[in-house]
Amino acid sequence: MLSFELSEEQQMIRDTVGAFAREQIRPAARPADESGEIPAALVAQAWQLGLVQGPIPESLGGNGDTRLATTGAIIAEELAYGDLAIAAHMLAPRLLAFPVLEMGTDEQRQRHLKRFTDASFAAASAALMEPRWDFDPAAMTTVARRDGNSFTLDGTKCMVALAAASDTLLVWAASANYDRVDGFLVARDTPGLSVGEREKNMGLKGLETFAVELKGCRVGAEARLGGENGADFTRAMSQSRVAMAAMGVGVAHAAFDYARDYAKERKAFGVPIATKQAVAFMLADMAIEIDAARLLVWEAAWHLDRGEDAHKESYLARNYVAASALKVTDNAVQVLGGHGYIREHPVEMWLRNARGFSALEGLATV
Amino acid sequence: MIDFEIDPQTQKRIELFHTVAEQMMRPISREYDEHEHEKPWDFLNAMWAASTAPGGDPMGGGDASGQGGVKLRNVYTVATTEELCWGDAGLFLSIPNAGLGGAAVMAAGTPEQKQRFLAPFRGGKPKWGAMAITEPGCGSDSAAVTTTATRDGDNWVLNGNKIFCTSGWMAVEKSEGFVVVWATVDKSAGRPGIKPFVVEHGTPGMSVTRLEKKLGIRVSDTAALVFDNCRVPADHLLGSAEVKRDGGGFKDVMATFDATRPIVAAMAIGVGRAALDFVREFLAEQKVEIRYGLSPRRLSAVERDFMEMEVQLKAARLLTWRAAWMLDMGMRNSLEASMAKAKAGLAVTLITQKAVELLGPLGYSRRNLVEKWMRDAKINDIFEGTQQINMIIVARRILEYSSKELN
Repeated sequence: MLSFELSEEQQMIRDTVGAFAREQIRPAARPADESGEIPAALVAQAWQLGLVQGPIPESLGGNGDTRLATTGAIIAEELAYGDLAIAAHMLAPRLLAFPVLEMGTDEQRQRHLKRFTDASFAAASAALMEPRWDFDPAAMTTVARRDGNSFTLDGTKCMVALAAASDTLLVWAASANYDRVDGFLVARDTPGLSVGEREKNMGLKGLETFAVELKGCRVGAEARLGGENGADFTRAMSQSRVAMAAMGVGVAHAAFDYARDYAKERKAFGVPIATKQAVAFMLADMAIEIDAARLLVWEAAWHLDRGEDAHKESYLARNYVAASALKVTDNAVQVLGGHGYIREHPVEMWLRNARGFSALEGLATV
Repeated sequence: MIDFEIDPQTQKRIELFHTVAEQMMRPISREYDEHEHEKPWDFLNAMWAASTAPGGDPMGGGDASGQGGVKLRNVYTVATTEELCWGDAGLFLSIPNAGLGGAAVMAAGTPEQKQRFLAPFRGGKPKWGAMAITEPGCGSDSAAVTTTATRDGDNWVLNGNKIFCTSGWMAVEKSEGFVVVWATVDKSAGRPGIKPFVVEHGTPGMSVTRLEKKLGIRVSDTAALVFDNCRVPADHLLGSAEVKRDGGGFKDVMATFDATRPIVAAMAIGVGRAALDFVREFLAEQKVEIRYGLSPRRLSAVERDFMEMEVQLKAARLLTWRAAWMLDMGMRNSLEASMAKAKAGLAVTLITQKAVELLGPLGYSRRNLVEKWMRDAKINDIFEGTQQINMIIVARRILEYSSKELN
């Protein structure tokens, strides 16, 4: 029956992750953006929240939690409220762990999941995006050619988070006749795979991302996610889009809260600028867009949790968030005026981060 | 637990009302849009008969004593409202029921008044309830009403002009209905002096002076009323006559807007969905594919426009359901109701305008209903609280400002 109420467990998770984001992540946001580094201690602290280990079965050392997209969306939003780059770093290992968990063969699960239940952060990632202006997951140019009992991968990936630190990458590639997309679990030291220089981006500057080149990179058939059955790439994309959209809501939410508080304090013409309709309406519009975006994300997540196709809903939610997060963060800069332009208040950073949502795919999953 | 599933009972009613919309409303939509001020009596009688039959379903905001069994009553109302307005928003507004007048009685009346004024709506001949607030000089600023109510013995005497009264003509001249008139008993007191008065059909001193010619929802009559020493018994004042500092009757009736705003948002969504469905079917016939999942840079302009229309409608609907659900949960929902109304009004204005645009000359022609839906949609951004008023309400809530601090 229709309900907008979080379960008690979700409320607790939201409160816990939210407090961690506000108290621990947020203070590290600006320094990470300026220096490009995220403190290892913070990453270690986040690891204790169990965001990757949670749904891994107890037999493999995890908590055996039920993996819910709605809960994942709540977590992603709260972390991103703290900081998008740091959130993406903390969630990156899911990009390999969760597809393996859900779609991997027993052997793949046995081999790849245990490391995520260790006491310390285990870097891992997935390679999805390609450096083309019109990159489209439905028209991937990285190709996997089958040759008997092995596959040869060729292509170029970009925006691969934590690639240099990851032992294994999940590389998404099209089949030779482009009729499907498969995931391949490739060890970083496999001949033919090379991780490039760290990329420089407009935002997400605290997040280490890399180009990954694949030139005649050969892997055995056992590296293909799901074995002979392959994996449900459409579902994996839906899960990723829900996560990204949720993070966008988090960034927008952060920007709104900050701009609202600023506008109530800042005076012009003798009164707080929040009492001026132009500013008040801007803030009202921001609040409406954030609430609308969040509900769209939740609806897509809910379909995923029912085992239903969420292809359309996750895509529409993602597009909506890309536009609304940009508008909200842009308005937040505007509300702060000249002060919003300086790299001291976080709003300019949030605008740079938010701009990415229209292009970026696959930096998180639920 | 977050859940977007509509309960089976509500779902069944949605399907029923969809049939009503498709088979009873759509076929007469154009005719009554072209012939303003004529009334579709067959349709109106049929809807009245259905709602007053045993097990029937009274529509509209006036009668909260509706069906048992549906747990989320407000969600039920927004869902079924959307479906009927998918049919025709003007016809929906024309359906005989206690309407906004009934909503005012429920919000401000004593238990005895609720019984007295609303019982007649459960049977007999079709009748309408209406509410008259707006005046030539004030709409959004409803606290500035100049219609006066002066106590004289056992009566109140009303003097003033009201305009834009939905179903006012049907309520007081074409049926044995009533109109709730907002008048001030003490101008110097401001808001606390404004009280709601029930004026029944046929009361001397009340007359309909004009029926507006409108851009859309033409089948719904929009009346101007004049009150010239119009006498009503003292017990026709809803609630207490006392001019209390905290507002009393005025505040109570304003609070009903928290319930009616989601319904008006749902009206808009129905019209918007009509336009969206039409465009979707049309594009499918033209073999124009809508390719979800593609990089937006590879989409055609038409695909992008359509997807934008679609997601805006979804966003508006989710906000509306949330506002209705909160009411059903007994939660205060002023912020969420105003968010829903502001979003729906704006989104559906854009959706319907874009629908006409996308279809070129076919969208512009009165041979298709799309141009009518654009005209019908526009009112939702205006009545029951303009978009700008709703934005002010949202802004006050998120900033925790009073109306003095932000206006």
